[in-house]
Amino acid sequence: MKVPYYPGCTLHERARDFDASARDCAKALGIELEELPIWTCCGAVFPLTTDSVMEILGAVRNLAYAARLGDKVVTLCSFCYNVLKRANKVVRDDPERREKANLFLRADTEAREGIESYLKGDYVGQVDVLHYIEMLRDLVGFDEIEKRVKKRLEGLNVAAYYGCMLLRPANEMEFDDPEQPTIFEEFLSSLGCNVIDFPMKTECCGGFQIVNDEEIAIACSQTVMGSALKRGADVVVTTCPLCRYNLDEKQKEIGERVRDYEKIPVIYFTQLLGLALGLGEEHLDFSENHVDPRPVLAERRLL
Amino acid sequence: MRVELSRERVNGELRERVEELSGQHLSACYQCGMCTAGCPVVETMDIVPSEVIRLLQLGDVETVLESKTIWICASCLQCASRCPRGVEFSSICDALRAIVLRKRLSAPKVDADEVSSVLVSEAPQMGVVGALRKLNG
Amino acid sequence: MEQRIGVFVCHCGTNIAGVVDTKRVAEALSRYPGVAYSTDYTYMCSDPGQNLVREAIGEHRLTGVVVAACSPTLHETTFRRAGSAAGLNPYQVEIANIREQCSWVHQADRERATEKAVRIVKSMVEKVKLDEALEAISVPMTHRALVVGGGVAGIQAALDIANAGHEVILVEKSPSIGGHMAQLSETFPTLDCSQCILTPKMVEVAQHPRVRLLTYSEIEDVSGYVGSFKIKIRKKAAYVNRDVCTGCGLCTEKCPSTTPSEFEEGLADRKAIYTPFPQAVPNKPVLDRDHCLYFQSGKCGICEKICPVDAVDYEAEDEIVEEEVGAIVVATGYDLYPIVNMGEFGGGRYPDVVTSLQFERLLSASGPTGGEVRRPSDGQVPDEVVFMTCVGSRDPEHHMPYCSKICCMYLTKHAMLFKHKQHDAQAYVFYMDVRTGGKGYEEFYQRAAEEDDVLYVRGRVSKIFEEDGKTVVWGVDTLTGQKIEIRADMVVLGLAMVPSDAARQLANKLKIHIDEWGFLSEAHPKLRPVESLTPGFYLAGAAQGPKDIPEAVAQASGAASKVCALFSEEEYHREPIIAWIDEDTCAGCRVCVSVCPYDAAEFDQEKGVAKIQDAICEGCGACIAACPSGSAQQRNLTDDQIYRMVSATLED
Repeated sequence: MKVPYYPGCTLHERARDFDASARDCAKALGIELEELPIWTCCGAVFPLTTDSVMEILGAVRNLAYAARLGDKVVTLCSFCYNVLKRANKVVRDDPERREKANLFLRADTEAREGIESYLKGDYVGQVDVLHYIEMLRDLVGFDEIEKRVKKRLEGLNVAAYYGCMLLRPANEMEFDDPEQPTIFEEFLSSLGCNVIDFPMKTECCGGFQIVNDEEIAIACSQTVMGSALKRGADVVVTTCPLCRYNLDEKQKEIGERVRDYEKIPVIYFTQLLGLALGLGEEHLDFSENHVDPRPVLAERRLL
Repeated sequence: MRVELSRERVNGELRERVEELSGQHLSACYQCGMCTAGCPVVETMDIVPSEVIRLLQLGDVETVLESKTIWICASCLQCASRCPRGVEFSSICDALRAIVLRKRLSAPKVDADEVSSVLVSEAPQMGVVGALRKLNG
Repeated sequence: MEQRIGVFVCHCGTNIAGVVDTKRVAEALSRYPGVAYSTDYTYMCSDPGQNLVREAIGEHRLTGVVVAACSPTLHETTFRRAGSAAGLNPYQVEIANIREQCSWVHQADRERATEKAVRIVKSMVEKVKLDEALEAISVPMTHRALVVGGGVAGIQAALDIANAGHEVILVEKSPSIGGHMAQLSETFPTLDCSQCILTPKMVEVAQHPRVRLLTYSEIEDVSGYVGSFKIKIRKKAAYVNRDVCTGCGLCTEKCPSTTPSEFEEGLADRKAIYTPFPQAVPNKPVLDRDHCLYFQSGKCGICEKICPVDAVDYEAEDEIVEEEVGAIVVATGYDLYPIVNMGEFGGGRYPDVVTSLQFERLLSASGPTGGEVRRPSDGQVPDEVVFMTCVGSRDPEHHMPYCSKICCMYLTKHAMLFKHKQHDAQAYVFYMDVRTGGKGYEEFYQRAAEEDDVLYVRGRVSKIFEEDGKTVVWGVDTLTGQKIEIRADMVVLGLAMVPSDAARQLANKLKIHIDEWGFLSEAHPKLRPVESLTPGFYLAGAAQGPKDIPEAVAQASGAASKVCALFSEEEYHREPIIAWIDEDTCAGCRVCVSVCPYDAAEFDQEKGVAKIQDAICEGCGACIAACPSGSAQQRNLTDDQIYRMVSATLED
């Protein structure tokens, strides 16, 4: 089965480990992630002003590119998922902005006459935006994944961190319950982990504020990681490179400021999936991690 | 000092612009403080979210535009998600920032030249792009 | 028949005469075909004015009367009575509104206002010419009432109706009457022990010679109409013969099967054979077969063996009781908004985040902890308790938009009672507004803040979670603009009142109107608060909307008095200005049957035509508008009459 795939800029650069593990796991489960031949940055954040058209053009164009490949596009990064899905909704529900966006797309097509253009016809919201975990649940099934698990991750205490962009705003994202989501916990159960639920799993990691004021990210990271640690997590999984960076890296500062703070690794859920599916260590690149997950994995006899 | 309220002050052009840009009805807010209570970054703010809306309701847009608050919002949408009246404070923040950035009323909070090289080389670029879009325009 | 219409033009002081030349109107009408007598007078509604009508009817042998005056909503009944007293059929007396629809709205143009008044009166004369002499429709009135719901409102209504000399059937679906009030510890603002003030009423209603009490029963079916409703009541099998049972309690004591108690809001267990609480009325147990070992697996049977009077009967079956009543009072009460809907507060997940009714049970001396406030998780006495108002209410985005009215008061009461028991503990109340509209309520709230040191924090709570054995509350104090964290031992949620679960289904069975939230709709929000628009149905208590006990009791008495008014006659008289169907032209298409909101139109299979049930029809006109053949007409407002009225108005 082929599924159109939008990686987003970060997954081709800082988060290559996320991209690689996701592709390898998909392949092991019988899905080929078909990367869009042409794509650009989605914009990273969804603009909240009512007059934004330019600001969502990048996202709309990516969706238009995806429309050439099929009726759905899967993505991994929480921010990309949020931006694409919300931009999609603007196109579907707001006729004025839809028309304005398509004006630009049509001009774009004309300008690219000599180059193979992927835009034919207006984009009116014909593509559904899926998150990789939704793809696992709906196209493969968590029960099926459980059957294919070669190495049950027993004894490993795993906390799923959702963050903001997957869940909010709930009426547009329609991903899971915004206060008590369970999709990742169900997924982790199928891998055999000891699932750790913790109250801060939907609190913000600080997001892009890491660029403005590091202190904000440190405070947010402390709230989240402190809670996961208190609940006994060995490792935290996430689906967003920015979350992973903020939560993982800022533990350095938290460790310096808080006595008795133990650093715990933050990895992508696809890396955990890869481990459980029995893909070798070469598929689970942990070189980007500040806190190396290998010691705790080895301790639980999983490596 | 006594603040004078009048029809002109309370219904000023700037206040209308904020409502127009954000798509939010400021008068729907009944000041329950849910936004402030759930905001993950409120400790760094100088005016808390519910107070920002209160000042806008009273017509004082200037104070709000000069605050640190609007540059600290991380757009996590917790406020918008929990507000019992459906007022999206996160959108109001975006609108206030847009007013400052589009008219260059003050220098942008994040300058592309000044982003640390450490961040540029190590942080996921989505963070840098996001910060520049939200805080620099 | 010769038409001899009398026209009486009222000056209404200067209200009409100041703009309309009433003498000219009277004079113009005196020359109008069919008018036998026409005059004007200063105040028609006064005694001499009415006398004028009465005398003229006799003297001039009038066949109809038009009083040109103010709106019929004010004095139509007055003049109909006057006409009736003089021997004229009341439905041949009509009002021509030349005040609200003429003099009051055309004050600047007297000439044209007068001309308009003449036209209005002429059109009413045309109507009266074709008015039939109608009789009010009489239906027999059964002097027995049904009260559905045995909470405090139902009990009060039943008592008031019974004390007025009428029979009452009181139906309650739980094994005992008392409702939620029986679960409360103390009531605000007097802090009376709730059961102490309620049980005398419970006993009184159970022992009342004119009240038939059916507990553990539900309404199965309702048909008929006001004055003669036919009710089917399902008496659920209790598997205990209540006539023989002495209430000794041996069966309950020996029963091995337990399940969470509904009365204790899940904080304690009850047995499969049980009475819900010690003061239950009737104080006889019922056997809940869903949790009974004998019924579920064929084992046990101890209760039957051990009963000293052989009251336990496993062969018992549900029984259907049929009754006929004249009026129905619906008092089905409330439930709390489901705690599981409050995900951000860990609703349903954290044992120390409790509902307000659960806290009542903890406060109650007869509750699961003997009146000591202990937290459910480990039984410890809490030092810091947070009380939250507006949980599930005033939140149009996610929950109920309305204010639930009583939460500010009952949480203040909770905080106060808690502090009375634990003087050194701290109580916090998170609020948006403290609503204290009743008598003594504001003083009660001040007492809590000043004397009992309850700390009121203005702001909502955003999140609750458990950490290190504490229940952490993240809220805000908007008055100082600060985020607040309280590491509490317990949290009490002031959940909104919602209509009870069964109420919505019951409303469908009864065909009475409910609002979008499921509360019973009153006929008029200001002036008719205790009755439904459907005749014969009255409303009492929280089923109609969030309210406190004094309001529920007052409403119940109000509903009862309406029932008694209904019962003061042998027959019930209904306005005859309703629909009728000309059987000769009716094609039997049944459109009228499908549009009637009152189920008054029915199809006669034999004749192949539709018929209106006079006793039920409200004269709304829906069938008349819908009828494709024009066979459905309104009495005394036929198409012909309307056509003539319009013609008279437009005539040059």
